[in-house]
Amino acid sequence: MTDTSRVLRFAVNVTPKPGILDPQGRAVEGSLGHLGIDGVRDVRVGRRVELTVEAADAEAGRAIVERLAAELLSNPLIEAYAIESLGDGVPGEPPR
Amino acid sequence: MSVRIGVAIFPGSNRDVDAVNALTLAGAEPVELWHERADLDGVAGVVIPGGFAYGDYLRAGVIARFSPIMRAVAAFAAEGGLVLGICNGFQVLTEAHLLPGALLRNRGLRFVSRFVEIRPERLDTPFTLALPDGRPLRVPVAHGEGCFYADEPDLDRLERDGQVLFRYVDDAGRAAAPGSRANPNGSLRSIAGVLNAGGNVAGLMPHPETASEAILGSADGLGVIRSLVESAARRQGSGTPVEVGAR
Repeated sequence: MTDTSRVLRFAVNVTPKPGILDPQGRAVEGSLGHLGIDGVRDVRVGRRVELTVEAADAEAGRAIVERLAAELLSNPLIEAYAIESLGDGVPGEPPR
Repeated sequence: MSVRIGVAIFPGSNRDVDAVNALTLAGAEPVELWHERADLDGVAGVVIPGGFAYGDYLRAGVIARFSPIMRAVAAFAAEGGLVLGICNGFQVLTEAHLLPGALLRNRGLRFVSRFVEIRPERLDTPFTLALPDGRPLRVPVAHGEGCFYADEPDLDRLERDGQVLFRYVDDAGRAAAPGSRANPNGSLRSIAGVLNAGGNVAGLMPHPETASEAILGSADGLGVIRSLVESAARRQGSGTPVEVGAR
C-alpha cells in the first residue's frame, strides 16, 4: 500500500433478477407456516460477498468492485447486483 | 489413424473417465487435458466433462471459465472447433458465453440422478449426425443445477435458429413441460441441450457418455459421442470446419 492509496471495504449483494424462478426463496416461503409467521412474501435468496480493496481513491475502488461484480460475482443473464460501501478497511496483509 | 479428442479436466471433474471410455468406444483416441494447460495439444475436438469443476463455488462452472484451458477452448471454438459440454461442462460453456442461456437450480431443489428421455431436435449437426433417427435417447441425468433458462425473446430466437439440440420428452414422446416428471429440472421449453449460433459448440445436461454401453443400462448416448468423433475426423480430413450453420 502506498501513502496515497486507500483501503476500502465493500459488499456486493447478488440476487435473482425479477421474474427468475427462485426455488430457494420459494422453499423458505413454504416453511414460514411451520414457524407460525404470517404476512411474509416475495422471498428471494441471493448471496452477499464482502471484500477489501486497495485503490487510489474511493471511485477507483468502486470501479474495481463494479468489474468484479459484473464479470464474476453475478451472471447478468439471471442475477442483479448492488454494491454497498462499508467504509474504510484495515491496512495490512491482504486476507488470504 | 484414429482422431484425437481432448477431455478437459478440472479439479472436481468426475465424469472425465466416462468421457474417455465413451470416446474410446467411439473409435477416438482420448487426450486428457489438465486445466492448467494453455493449449489443446492439437486435438480435433474437445469434451468438457461433468463433475463439480472448482467445487462449483460461487456458481456452477464460473471459476472454470477463467482457467487457461478454457481460454484455449474459446479460441478453438472461435475457429470453428468442435466442443461438447456435458452436465457441468454445459454449465462451464454457458458461463464462458460459448453457449446461450444459464442453468439454474433445479426447480424441485433436489439433486436429480436418474434416467430420462431426450429427443434430438436436429440430426444434421456435428453432435447428432451419427444418430440413426429422431427417436428419443434414454440417458441419465445427475445434477442439482440443470434448469435451462433464457428470457422469452432469447428462447424464441433459439427455437427459430435451430439452436435447440435436445428436449426432455415423456413416455409418449411429447416435450416434457416444466413441472412434469419427465422434465427433471424444470427446464424452460423442455430444453435439455443447445447449440451455439455457429453450430460447432453444444452442451447438454444429461450424460450420453455414461449411457454408452448396454451393461451401463443404455447405449443410446454413444451415438452422440460417435457423432462428435466422426465430425471431428471429417473436419481433420478436409482441413475445414464441418458445414453446420444455423438453420
